[in-house]
Amino acid sequence: MYSNLSNFSEGVDNAFVIIFSVIAVFLVGLTVLLIYFLFRYSEKRNPQPTPIKGNMWLEIVWTIIPLGLVLGMFYYGWMAWIPMLSKAPENSIEIKTTAQMWSWKFEYENGKRTDTLIIPLGKPIELIANSPDVLHSLYIPAFRIKRDIVPGRITTMWFKANREGEYNLFCAEYCGLQHSYMKTEVKVLSPEKYDEWYIDTTAAVALTSIPGAAGLKIIRDMGCTACHSLDGSTLVGPTYKGVFGHEVDVITNGKERKVIADAEYIKNSINNPNDDIVKGFNKGLMRSYKNELTDDEIEQIILYLQTLSGGKE
Amino acid sequence: MSNSNLPNYLEYKGKYKGLLGWIFSTDHKRIGLLYLYSVMTFFIVGALLGLLMKFELIAPGKTIMEAKSYNAIFTLHGITMIFLIVIPGIPAILGNFFLPIMIGAKDVFYPKLNLISWWLYILGAVVALSSQFMHGASPDTGWTFYAPYSFRTQSNVLPALIGAFILGFSSILTGINFIVTMHRLRAPGMKWLKMPLFPWSLYGTAWIQVLATPIIGITLLMVVAERVLNIGFFDPALGGDPVLYQHLFWIYSHPAVYIMILPSMGVISEVIPTFARKEIFGYNAVVISTLLIAFVGYFVWGHHMFTAGMSETSLFAFSFLTFLVAIPSAIKTFNWLATLYKGSIILKTPMYWAVSFLFIFMIGGLSGMVLGSLAANVHLHDTAFVVAHFHFIVFGGVGFGFFAGIHYWFPKIFGRMYDASWADTGWLIFFIGFLTLYAPMFYLGITGMPRRYYDYVPEFHPANIISSFGAFIMIAGLAIIIINLIRSAKKGPKAEESPWGGKTLEWTVSSPPIVENFEEIPEIK
Ligand SMILES: [Cu+2]
Repeated sequence: MYSNLSNFSEGVDNAFVIIFSVIAVFLVGLTVLLIYFLFRYSEKRNPQPTPIKGNMWLEIVWTIIPLGLVLGMFYYGWMAWIPMLSKAPENSIEIKTTAQMWSWKFEYENGKRTDTLIIPLGKPIELIANSPDVLHSLYIPAFRIKRDIVPGRITTMWFKANREGEYNLFCAEYCGLQHSYMKTEVKVLSPEKYDEWYIDTTAAVALTSIPGAAGLKIIRDMGCTACHSLDGSTLVGPTYKGVFGHEVDVITNGKERKVIADAEYIKNSINNPNDDIVKGFNKGLMRSYKNELTDDEIEQIILYLQTLSGGKE
Repeated sequence: MSNSNLPNYLEYKGKYKGLLGWIFSTDHKRIGLLYLYSVMTFFIVGALLGLLMKFELIAPGKTIMEAKSYNAIFTLHGITMIFLIVIPGIPAILGNFFLPIMIGAKDVFYPKLNLISWWLYILGAVVALSSQFMHGASPDTGWTFYAPYSFRTQSNVLPALIGAFILGFSSILTGINFIVTMHRLRAPGMKWLKMPLFPWSLYGTAWIQVLATPIIGITLLMVVAERVLNIGFFDPALGGDPVLYQHLFWIYSHPAVYIMILPSMGVISEVIPTFARKEIFGYNAVVISTLLIAFVGYFVWGHHMFTAGMSETSLFAFSFLTFLVAIPSAIKTFNWLATLYKGSIILKTPMYWAVSFLFIFMIGGLSGMVLGSLAANVHLHDTAFVVAHFHFIVFGGVGFGFFAGIHYWFPKIFGRMYDASWADTGWLIFFIGFLTLYAPMFYLGITGMPRRYYDYVPEFHPANIISSFGAFIMIAGLAIIIINLIRSAKKGPKAEESPWGGKTLEWTVSSPPIVENFEEIPEIK
């Protein structure tokens, strides 16, 4: 407790400490009393019970005292909660967040995309989150924040990090098969390092000179690898390895057929994933990326897939 | 003993013989036992599923199963435990058996309806469990069936939903039956405020069953309609609202927690006075708090959704009311404790269960205070802390109450006594196992481990090892308890009419009771 890693953790931890102290006193006190009664009024020590029907005053006392205590607990919980409800400060860094089965995607104001949340120390961050599929919940335990991300709604949350470091970011709302793998990291950098990272787009440029590298980056950033492996192992969807240019058994409109996985097939599978389902996999799990990937980006992905199949068709 | 010339309900031969004489019997006692056997069978299955989950979580990564099986198992564990065990549980087993006897009646008011309830229960169970054996994958939504995942998944969600729907009807019918029985069949002279506390707890429970269950029924039907007919209630892809589903689901499922726990409190309110050889301290206060819990329990469902993005006002109200609903439970706890004061306490098996119930229930209730607090809830919602909390309440609260009750009334039900030293050993092992299993999960939740996690990061490993270890201990205790009871039901020494000196009417009839309980309906002075 009191690690004070975000601007909200102190309030939450305060509420924790207050409530835990009250309940500890109750639990220990009542348990001691219980054991004492069992001992003191055992059949051996007290052979003759004293009949007592009840006591009005006692009933009133032990209604009023807990009532006061729970109101106090309620108050501290409420007070620590209010700041979380407040609007994000004007100067917040806005990061578009996509929670999807089963990965996270973060898009910065300059268009930079990552699968880990990289933020500067001490600056207010506003996450503008949406989900294209089912319920998820963004949870950063170290920062004491959590918010459900409901499909069809825009959910916003904000916070400030107080210390540099790497922290876990989990999905807390059950979202299907790979729920427990829907996790990533929050990297808190010093403002200087963050600016350096934010402005620097050369890394991506350098990468694009190697064939397919840009495609790999898109695949990673979009979270495709949560379902499609690069090494031939089977996950929820078919692997990318050795697909391009080879024959695939697919089910189209309920009928089985063979197709060659050429550029057109790949592109259609990204934009209309339910048209052709690879045999042995389930329909309806993947959504269309029509509005999320440009034709250029799909070209880059195809370039990369070619490297996984040992060259061009 | 005055009844010894009449056949008891176990020996009685009616129209049908053998098994048929049981599954078509309208005797409330036989129906109670039908529930006992069916619920216990499902309970053993549910507990073993839980054990499998704990086995999987003993180390990060794959231990014994894939994520797909793990998700299916926690779903099945939840559905079985909630809908087939703790909701019907105490009312259907002990309530059916003892409610009529304790109020001086020959049977419930609608004996045939009572039998139909059991048949519906079996039908619902078969339909719900058929989802495991049909073509396709087992349901993997969790017992909450949250939208829109419950529409996305390709698994057999429909039979599970329809099964839960049928089970709801079974529960409603039992509720109606109990309410009418208590209104119409109390023995002459038994005024409302002379009714024992176990029937009172069933009365509060029955009203919740009747008033809240239809809502889950309608909700489940809406999900079925949405899946089959594509009507958009909850799926945003069809223009629906997933949060609406959560509201409807918890409007039932939160009061359902009180359907589970109230009867257990009723059992404790019988056991403690008997073994303290004193009447209950503050009878009226206990009755009023029962009714208050049943009433206020309707208005706190929103605390399951604090992070779902509700308005400030509803958050304020739901958190506030959640704290208020703790008060009547606290009052009950104080009255139970005060009953021990100046008593002459005999510590026998049912009392061990009752006393440990108090301890477990306090932990469960007090940890609920942490979750009711808005700020703390943000951090703890959907973590292992919540799982620990509701296992203390739902499994601890209901389980310890049920085992207290079954060890208390066992000699009356079967006319035979169980082996007390084995029963006490079983209790001790179970109690230690229970704490070792669930206490570390509070810690895991505080340190941030989300629930329904098949795999976890290394920092959660140590506490998970302890927890899994506790599961093995607890199951060992459970095995001892159940084997001891099964063996004793057949071979135990004959029991007296009133082995504990209980003051309620069931202790005035023979063990086991005769077919219509009383030769003559007793008069209450
Ligand atoms: Cu998720």
